[in-house]
Amino acid sequence: MASEGHKTTATKLVYMANQIAAFFHTQPKDEAVAGVADHINHFWEPRMRTQLFAILEQEDNGLDDLVVEAAKQIRKPGPVPA
Amino acid sequence: MSLIEEIDYGTPASLSEKMITLTIDGNEVTVPEGTSIMRAAMEAGIEVPKLCATDMVDAFGSCRLCLIEIDGRNGTPASCTTPAMEGLVVHTQTQRLKDIRKGVMELYISDHPLDCLTCAANGDCQLQDMAGAVGLRDVRYGYEGENHVFAKAGIAANDRWLPKDESNPYFTYDPAKCIVCSLCVRACEEVQGTFALTIEGRGFNSRVSAGGRHDNFIDSECVSCGACVQACPTATLTEKSVIEIGQPEHSKVTTCAYCGVGCSFKAEMRGEELVRMVPWKDGKANRGHSCVKGRFAYGYSTHKDRILNPMIREKITDPWREVTWDEAYKYVANEFRRIQYQYGRNSIGGITSSRCTNEETYLVQKLVRAGFGNNNVDTCARVCHSPTGYGLKQTFGTSAGTQDFDSVDYTDVVMIIGANPTDGHPVFASRLKKRLRKGAKLIIVDPRRIDLVRSPHVQASYHLPLRPGTNVAVVTSMAHVIVTEGLFDEKFIRERCDWDEFQDWAAFVASPEHSPEAIEQLSGVPAQALREAARLFATGGNGSIYYGLGVTEHSQGSTTVMAIANLAMATGNIGRKGVGVNPLRGQNNVQGSCDMGSFPHELPGYRHISDDQTRDIFDKLWGVKLQDEPGLRIPNMLDAAIDGTFKGLYIQGEDILQSDPDTKHVAGGLAAMECVVVHDLFLNETANYAHVFLPGSTFLEKDGTFTNAERRINRVRKVMSPLNGYADWEVTQNLAKAMGLGWDYKHPSEIMDEVALTTPSFAGVSFDLLDKEGSVQWPCNEKAPLGTPIMHIESFARGKGKFIRTEYVATDERTGPRFPLLLTTGRILSQYNVGAQTRRTDNVIWHEEDRLEIHPHDAEQRGIRDGDWVKVASRSGETTLRALITDRVSPGVVYTTFHHPTTQANVITTDFSDWATNCPEYKVTAVQVGVSNGPSDWQVKYDEQARQSRRIVPVFDAAE
Ligand code: SF4
Ligand code: SF4
Ligand code: SF4
Ligand code: FES
Repeated sequence: MASEGHKTTATKLVYMANQIAAFFHTQPKDEAVAGVADHINHFWEPRMRTQLFAILEQEDNGLDDLVVEAAKQIRKPGPVPA
Repeated sequence: MSLIEEIDYGTPASLSEKMITLTIDGNEVTVPEGTSIMRAAMEAGIEVPKLCATDMVDAFGSCRLCLIEIDGRNGTPASCTTPAMEGLVVHTQTQRLKDIRKGVMELYISDHPLDCLTCAANGDCQLQDMAGAVGLRDVRYGYEGENHVFAKAGIAANDRWLPKDESNPYFTYDPAKCIVCSLCVRACEEVQGTFALTIEGRGFNSRVSAGGRHDNFIDSECVSCGACVQACPTATLTEKSVIEIGQPEHSKVTTCAYCGVGCSFKAEMRGEELVRMVPWKDGKANRGHSCVKGRFAYGYSTHKDRILNPMIREKITDPWREVTWDEAYKYVANEFRRIQYQYGRNSIGGITSSRCTNEETYLVQKLVRAGFGNNNVDTCARVCHSPTGYGLKQTFGTSAGTQDFDSVDYTDVVMIIGANPTDGHPVFASRLKKRLRKGAKLIIVDPRRIDLVRSPHVQASYHLPLRPGTNVAVVTSMAHVIVTEGLFDEKFIRERCDWDEFQDWAAFVASPEHSPEAIEQLSGVPAQALREAARLFATGGNGSIYYGLGVTEHSQGSTTVMAIANLAMATGNIGRKGVGVNPLRGQNNVQGSCDMGSFPHELPGYRHISDDQTRDIFDKLWGVKLQDEPGLRIPNMLDAAIDGTFKGLYIQGEDILQSDPDTKHVAGGLAAMECVVVHDLFLNETANYAHVFLPGSTFLEKDGTFTNAERRINRVRKVMSPLNGYADWEVTQNLAKAMGLGWDYKHPSEIMDEVALTTPSFAGVSFDLLDKEGSVQWPCNEKAPLGTPIMHIESFARGKGKFIRTEYVATDERTGPRFPLLLTTGRILSQYNVGAQTRRTDNVIWHEEDRLEIHPHDAEQRGIRDGDWVKVASRSGETTLRALITDRVSPGVVYTTFHHPTTQANVITTDFSDWATNCPEYKVTAVQVGVSNGPSDWQVKYDEQARQSRRIVPVFDAAE
């Protein structure tokens, strides 16, 4: 039961990514992968995307297949300007 | 400066397009057919004496003062009830008329106290004016006869006399001064739509009655909108503030700072003291009407709780220490720079306010982007209407609501989803009810039986009481009916939308699992009612959809917005008067704060931060290099704070600790930061976690603009000096200067000029234009120099309208054995949002506490009686409040408002949120409810902590 303890940011990111995937699953297939990637590129701050890539490295990361597939199109954050 | 006097034409304008010409006192006048002779005369500048007519309500013709003579007709008809007709020759002043009028006035005055010199309405009394206008010099009847004026008749009690009713905190009713013109009754019916007042008795015995248990205003149906007070021609109904202070001597037009309707008011002043707020008839959002909040609830602006000096503390466990403004700015600048040096450029951010002006919001996002050098700026619109922005942008190409409020006058079928206009957007509700009384049909989709479902002279055709969280299923199912029964508007769709996308969508919604019968089980909405409602919407003429937070604050908020847009496109209800998709925005400037670039991914005008051309405009103007990556949203900021990468926050005019979900998480995030700066009127709940407090100013104390739910940019005008010394935009500017930015705005108009310069949809906006036009709706530019009342008239902003599949995905916040009930939240009329302002006015008389509404069946099962203290527990936390047993909610659903901090409703809400925008899912929380014996541990602990953190050590010789 999620919020009874404190959820970690990682758990939340997985949850959010999967929520996005759940919407795009119902869209026409060719739009779905690009849709997930676009959405994350548009709205996720670099820190969040960096963490997402770290999560993607792990096995059993709990991410929806659509997110995994979309990962190739998700932008890798560059260094933060000083 | 002088008092703005509005012309009273005596009767409402006629909407007819056919013009007719008549002669009045030798002047030719041309007016629309259906105009009264009284109004026609006034348009020619001739004021016929009147006592029972005003242009806000229909004429009644009872006072017999407005008589006229017409050539070729016998008698002396009343000009207020006689329509102007082609060729009539009218005389407004003849010997016969003069005699009759004098006689009428004599009768009135013989039953009226002659205490004009000490009367509160002295100088603002129609009766007084008319006595003067007709040349009344003497009253032949004497004042000793039967009357309503004196408490005693000789030595006996005068049983016609009634004492004053002072029960309403804002106005009094003094029956001794009433002339029974029925203007108040008509205003309550026609303008407000509440029907609280009646005329009781007949002839000399007749009088105004508020009904109810004690026949006084406070126990009646009255909602204290003040329309009757405004309409009353005598001192019978008078604002208490006028009685106390006296008549105003100058006024300025300004805009209400409460809800997204954005009513225009004349702030009537005496010196720097506000005497009263009077709705402005030329205000295009409200057309001369208002609700109790805007008209009366401004007392917070001078409340003793207001903090007027900046304060600092190193640790949040320390007491506050008052400092000079300079010290405060320097402290914040040093801290923010230190934090950035230590934890990186992206470790700080800002939150803009939907309560502040466009100009102030623009400056805060500019400070973040240009001064902090990152895009970590967000706004509390995140927690209310961000899904509207996302959903409408995807489908129509712009996040804007499509209509103006006037559009409601032309609608035939109104569908309201997840909004409660009589409480949340009262003046819109009054305008809607007016239209409904004239025959428009109403469909309500809401878990709770809101007032509009059934109220005097309004009856919804359908109320679909869905289970919280099933909006997408229900709206998609309506589309199913429309598509499978062939009720869609093929011509519109072929012309205006992408036909292939429509076909894909139509096939999707037509599948049997979206049929009303299939979703009845999960939504609780009877299939037959849903089918009939869908048919009515598709075939009933102009169909309009109005929706509120009951749509957006769900894990599928954005999806529901798209489903609504689909429905409007499928039925061809876009691009003209009377139709459209209309988000009812919560706070006064939610629309504006979004327009001004408050979201971390968007620059002003909804342009994505990754767009090189847009960034270039700002890079050049501001002399910086903007980051091309989106910044953190509020929930992400809090997560990052807990992870240790986000350490400093400037919060202008928001109380995220109270307004955001999952209070414990917000508190944890704030506590993990090293410099939290709260800029507000009061030590709000968030300030418990702040290190710096910068005093804010009220809307009465500054110039600027608010943008309401219809995209209307309204002026806010300063009527008094800021008690704290500085308008909020000045504070932000000074902070920016302390951080080394060379800003030098002399007036908010210069900030708006910068917005116009950089943002195409605002290119034509300036304070000059607003002063000239009163208001404009964006887009306002070369193509639409006076703004755009209705969007998407010829084509959609994105070109072709886009149909998007909307699959229902159940929220993960589910009921189960431990948490079997669904909690949903809302608001009530007299209080506003987290209540920081309204709780500091006499409005508390209507809502002393938040109550938990629970169905009798659920209450009985748990042994709960009305008024019992109950504990509400969710997976996140628990709180206590008192129960209110009612069948307004269905079994299985409980409901509460969130206006009081001790309720801590957000301790129980979870961190689930909209998939697209992270707008929190306030409207669905699985809970258990049981009897309790007092406040929860959290409430006790919280109260103690709040008390501790509000301690202030005064510094007596603060060197200013
Ligand atoms: S209270 Fe005022 S408006 Fe109402 S009937 Fe009396 S005089 Fe007219
Ligand atoms: S204040 Fe408004 S609701 Fe109350 S009686 Fe007057 S018009 Fe009616
Ligand atoms: S709160 Fe809303 S409806 Fe009421 S006066 Fe203000 S803007 Fe108008
Ligand atoms: S104003 Fe026309 S009858 Fe009273």
